[in-house]
Amino acid sequence: MEVIPLLKLLSEADGITGHEGPVRELLRQTWQPFADEMREGKLGSLIALKQGAGAAPRPKLMLAAHMDEIGLVVTGVEKGFLRVTRVGGTDRRVLLGLEVVVHGQRDLPGIVATRPPHVLPQEERKRTVPWDQIFVDVGLPAGEVEQLVAVGDLISIRRDMVELKNRHVAGKAMDDRACVAAVTLALEQLGNVSHAWDVFAVATVQEEKGLIGATTASYGVAPDLAVALDVTFGKHPGVSEPDAFPLNAGPTIGIGPNFHPGLVNRLKEVAESHEIPYQMEPIPGRSGTDAWAIQVTREGVPTALISIPIRYMHQPVETLVVQDVERAGRLVAAFIAGLEADFLETLAWDRG
Amino acid sequence: MILRELSEAVGVSGDEGDVRTVVLDAIREHADKLHPVDEVQVDTMGNVLAFKRGEGRQRLRVMLDAHMDEIGLMVVGHDSDGFLRVRAVGGIDPRLIPGTLFHVGPDRIPGVIGIKPIHLLTDQESQKVSKIEDLVVDIGAKSKDEADKLAPLGTYAAFATPFRELGPTVSGKAFDDRVGCAVLVELLQGERFRCDLHAAFTVQEEVGLRGARIAAYAIEPDCAFALEGTIADDIPKDKDVSPTTELGKGPAITVMDRSFIADRRLVRLLTDTAEELGIAYQIKQPGIGGTDAGAIHVARGGVPSVTVAVPCRYIHSPVALLSLDDFNNTVRLMRESLSRLTRRTLSRD
Amino acid sequence: MRDLIRKLVESYGPSGVEEQIRGVIRAEVEPLADEIRVDPLGSLVVRKQGSDGGPRIVLDAHMDEIGVMVTYVDEKGFARFTNIGGVRPLNCVGARVAFADGTMGVIGVDEKRDNTGKIPKLEQLYIDVGATSRDDCPVHVGDAAVFVRPFVSQGTRLIAKAMDDRVGCAVLIETLRQLEDTPYDAYFVFSVREETTLAGAQTSAYGIDPDLAIAVDVTTTGDKPESQPMAVALGKGPAVKVQDSGMIAHPKVRDLLVQRAKEAGIPYQLEVLERGTTDAAAMQLVRAGVPSGCLSIPCRYVHTPSEMVDEADVQNSVRLLLEVLRTV
Repeated sequence: MEVIPLLKLLSEADGITGHEGPVRELLRQTWQPFADEMREGKLGSLIALKQGAGAAPRPKLMLAAHMDEIGLVVTGVEKGFLRVTRVGGTDRRVLLGLEVVVHGQRDLPGIVATRPPHVLPQEERKRTVPWDQIFVDVGLPAGEVEQLVAVGDLISIRRDMVELKNRHVAGKAMDDRACVAAVTLALEQLGNVSHAWDVFAVATVQEEKGLIGATTASYGVAPDLAVALDVTFGKHPGVSEPDAFPLNAGPTIGIGPNFHPGLVNRLKEVAESHEIPYQMEPIPGRSGTDAWAIQVTREGVPTALISIPIRYMHQPVETLVVQDVERAGRLVAAFIAGLEADFLETLAWDRG
Repeated sequence: MILRELSEAVGVSGDEGDVRTVVLDAIREHADKLHPVDEVQVDTMGNVLAFKRGEGRQRLRVMLDAHMDEIGLMVVGHDSDGFLRVRAVGGIDPRLIPGTLFHVGPDRIPGVIGIKPIHLLTDQESQKVSKIEDLVVDIGAKSKDEADKLAPLGTYAAFATPFRELGPTVSGKAFDDRVGCAVLVELLQGERFRCDLHAAFTVQEEVGLRGARIAAYAIEPDCAFALEGTIADDIPKDKDVSPTTELGKGPAITVMDRSFIADRRLVRLLTDTAEELGIAYQIKQPGIGGTDAGAIHVARGGVPSVTVAVPCRYIHSPVALLSLDDFNNTVRLMRESLSRLTRRTLSRD
Repeated sequence: MRDLIRKLVESYGPSGVEEQIRGVIRAEVEPLADEIRVDPLGSLVVRKQGSDGGPRIVLDAHMDEIGVMVTYVDEKGFARFTNIGGVRPLNCVGARVAFADGTMGVIGVDEKRDNTGKIPKLEQLYIDVGATSRDDCPVHVGDAAVFVRPFVSQGTRLIAKAMDDRVGCAVLIETLRQLEDTPYDAYFVFSVREETTLAGAQTSAYGIDPDLAIAVDVTTTGDKPESQPMAVALGKGPAVKVQDSGMIAHPKVRDLLVQRAKEAGIPYQLEVLERGTTDAAAMQLVRAGVPSGCLSIPCRYVHTPSEMVDEADVQNSVRLLLEVLRTV
């Protein structure tokens, strides 16, 4: 599978937090060839099972990458303009002048309206526009807008993925579609490889709202082990170590209370033996990812986190290096291939 | 004294191994031979779950919780001169960090945090509190490489405070919640109660009540008591306001804090018992702080819960202070209350 | 329904101390229940078993109200307090509060404070129960009080403290009263502790393990002078929640409510709430997930002692719930 077309497909798909239908359908088709079974969780997460070899009962590994993206929702219609608020952590600093798609009775192209600086007092020009002064303009007469758009209709960012130099790509929703791509690549690679564990690849919903899909899907799957994949902060001017990681130095492996040390060490060993570049990412508390929810499901699940560095998180120009996606996919596949049926026993804290 | 060993053990949230060893040793090797603990296991996050069967019929399942972890720091980077960049693990007050000694890593490498000398600051600058992001730990390393070898990314650092006996009081680090662990160890000794005791020495409370959540799910108790070391702010003030709790006034019972509301029937059990036996007790100032009860009370279908704590001054600092009388009275109040706890206590009339 | 609402709003039941209001509600619903129980944290659960082995549905309203809790009684017998749930200092000054045993207090504010032009902080307020010293003060650390305001009706507007969410409880009770038959296995949950931790709804839903859940709670409106923009208005019908700060309504549940409203000609509005959430946010996370939504009763002045709803919205909420329960 070609990575750049896969990233493009996933990045450009629609799937706002809480309304992931379109991207879920796309993924269902994409994962179909690699899965033995597929189902939908109660809140819409997509759960694909790739069975392990060996006699049942087989231990269960859950992979989690979230398929939802941030967006906007209509909160009111005023003189033909749409009042909006965020769905998930949409960054209002990058909204002004953005092209969007309003999903009303039909899809309507729209623009996030701005007042020109010429007419604004000095102090206002220096501030970020507050939400109640942000409007979306679909360029139609008020009467028509009222017919076509209602409170609660969703608005997605319109952005085609673009290829920059040196295998950098930029687009919307790389958080977390880049990791969905990595999981897809891993599933593809596992097609040729025997593995002992049952693998549940879960494209979770509503991570951006509060880890909603991960919390519930991991209860439903009840895995013995879990690896979450999300994005982390990539280095660029203004964002440097230790808060950010260079692009093209490999995915990061999380280390800290959210992650089981035994699992972290295994991932490091696999990366090293397969010569996959990686970086260690110390996280002293809440990781802000699906891993945080999964670790405390039911009686607890040993969990790890693999992250792909991206620049400009939550902006429609999220930028990454394609190699990092490939490396994350290879790391996951190699990890799964090498997972012994009795690996769980090695994770015990107390040996007697 | 078990509190000494527990206090001096190093166990920042996510790295509780040292404390776990002390606890396991206390309840396995040195347990009461006449009335031993029946089962001990360690779960996926490192919680120690100990079960002591009760002697009654239709036994209540009672969960007793104390957390093993303490606040501390984590190494997140190394600068070119060999200093360690760090971040807080749990809620560390940055005002208390400059000038402190730390133990870094499993080998307890000594480290210090210092700031720009006051001689070199303007009046205005000296009023500012340094953020932890701007502080570094100095272990004496000469280069980035040496720092990385000695304290790689993810290494934990804990306060390096020794335990001291001052007479009626003791001082040391991590009384939140090693004093709770000490109370729990004591309660596991001695005669069985009528009810089943499910003791959970939990991990990662300081980063979000994490261990208690899975422990409560696994245990499925009928009710729960979280055992803590809590704020005593009884130093002189210029206004007549709450000290939160006071040293010497006995165990502090939580009615409500930021994480949960206590079950009034359990509060009544404790206060009735205390009054009947003349054990000093106090009600902790409502609305302050949070404990494992916050996670336990919402496990599965709900668990009536309450928190009982030993008052500790300077609980959030590298060295705290508590009264041994308060400690002993907490053990006594818990023991007596558990003896009086029956299904009737939890019935609704 | 006015008498029912009056009875409910004038009852005492701050978050965590719901015994009294639970007793009042229980008396209303016990004769109507197939099964009734109080669960471990104190929520009241009434089951109305459907004729058909249909899906399990939870309809939820919370019994608890916001209030204040005594944190310290000073030497002179004045009680400092903290908030139980979302209490704004602005609404406290000069308010009257009542404790469980009926003791009344007045909330005063420190006269000597740094900036009398700014809204005081809770720490600068105190409750005066008329005591002369700590020793003769009838209230103690840990005692909880609620705001006192009698129920008033004027035209179609109903005004009282604790409309949030006693009006929701009234809607559930009235729905239960008028319910004849339903294919659903319906659980009416009167939850505790919504205003503080959502613990009641979370644990009740865990115990029931429903296929879907609908919370009935109040929401704010955008129709007051200089309101923050918001699409909901009093008297325009019950609101179907799209999202709030804690959750995004499951499209299935949201569409179900809209569909039934349209089919039965019941006026409705769509609601996006910027700040604030309901029991539905907790219920959706239970076990492997519960598709959840919320039917919101428009309410002005939420979390003040004079919350205002419109009777027509309340009655239409009952109608809408009955339509939902009529067929799967």
